[in-house]
Amino acid sequence: MVRADFDRSLEELQAELVGLGEMVERAIIKSMDALERRDLAVAYEVVAEDDLIDAKRFELEEKCIDLIATQQPLAIDLRTLLAVLQIAVELERMGDYAEGIGKICMIIGDDVPVETPKELPQMADMGLTMLRRSLKSLVERDTDLANAVWDSDDDVDELYDGVCRQIFLDMGQHPKTIEAATHFLWVAHDLERIADRATNIAERVIFLVTGQSGGFGDHRENE
Amino acid sequence: MQDLDPILQARDLSVYYDTKKVVTDVNLDVARNRITSIIGPSGSGKSTLLRCFNRMNDLIPSARVEGQVLFDGLDLYGHNVDPTEIRYLIGMVFQRPNPFPKSIYDNVAFGPRINGFKGDIDELVERSLRRAALWDEVKDRLKTSGLSLSGGQQQRLCIARALAVEPSVILMDEPCSALDPIATLAIEELMHELSEDYSIIIVTHNMQQAARVSHYTAFLMVEEARVGFMVEFGESRKIFTNPEDERTEAYITGRFG
Repeated sequence: MVRADFDRSLEELQAELVGLGEMVERAIIKSMDALERRDLAVAYEVVAEDDLIDAKRFELEEKCIDLIATQQPLAIDLRTLLAVLQIAVELERMGDYAEGIGKICMIIGDDVPVETPKELPQMADMGLTMLRRSLKSLVERDTDLANAVWDSDDDVDELYDGVCRQIFLDMGQHPKTIEAATHFLWVAHDLERIADRATNIAERVIFLVTGQSGGFGDHRENE
Repeated sequence: MQDLDPILQARDLSVYYDTKKVVTDVNLDVARNRITSIIGPSGSGKSTLLRCFNRMNDLIPSARVEGQVLFDGLDLYGHNVDPTEIRYLIGMVFQRPNPFPKSIYDNVAFGPRINGFKGDIDELVERSLRRAALWDEVKDRLKTSGLSLSGGQQQRLCIARALAVEPSVILMDEPCSALDPIATLAIEELMHELSEDYSIIIVTHNMQQAARVSHYTAFLMVEEARVGFMVEFGESRKIFTNPEDERTEAYITGRFG
């Protein structure tokens, strides 16, 4: 190995990216916890801590730029740095959705006009699993696992459609709950987007490993 | 990779110095009006391969070439081929700028004069210097020595000299290795312009340069058992972002050996 220093930098970068993923994971868990328990203090924490996620994303971006400028990466190194840059953005946006859920909790307040739809925690769990697996597929350069993440996005979409239908139905039957129900619609939307972002991460892993960009559709056509 | 229109084709090309094989069974198509770079570690036969394309290896007594080099279908090593004529059609620019100790004008006019050029030589000199992006810098001092120019200008003078005999291919052996970064970029820019009308092959140690200037890249390697064999050839875009062969990847990412 004649580029031990550079290799070490790439390893550190990946570890930090996974660290960012863990921050986002915690934010999602806390935001859902705040929602289910109507815990405003926790919701406030999620919103405040999003700044840390944003800062970490920019820190990673700067490190990537430094390495591109100083190491002139090519081939797998170039793809790794591009993937890290893009995945950092995906994670940061997932953090924003968690922050969004936190803000909704603060709007809903601590009285409980309607019960939280049970599908929402389910969607959150699925999104979290997708997030963890997408990062695992990155660390292990595992395209099968990345493909599996892509597959599970359909399940989240299905739940999302179902919960939306249910909420609209409830709105019709109980007009007084419309305001609260609208907030839950937003949460469902945020969770659906979280799963989409995890899929994007998996797509970037496929790109990193195979060099094929253009998303899963293209990748699968070539198989 | 899209189909390439070859101007030069190496077919099972091997080169020996005495009994030592230094290029092994190379099959390579060189695209017309494109830039092809040959990269690889020291001793992988890059320059030797390059010299096969205009029979410069003939000048090395111990060198022997096997296989074919086709130039628009014509075998350069065929019986009735005059290597001197080949070198007009397939010009060469070397690592260190090597102007003749003559005036700028005479450097450029030298080849055409020997060739018995009958046209307007002033016009030819100007056109060649313009094509080499040197005219504006030297038009007021054409009678001064070529050696009075800077390194980058001298290299462009050598390119003008090669262009003056109206070749269709230009071979470049590390043309920027003796130049500073600005002069290097000027030559690269020039290569880019020239590729509209000429086919260019460049041997370079500078991977970034190969990535910047060339449309196609060939990667040569040396192993204990085999010397100067081609590992991979493809569009530069592909070679430098996602090479097929892990040996190519190891080399271009600097993890070779």
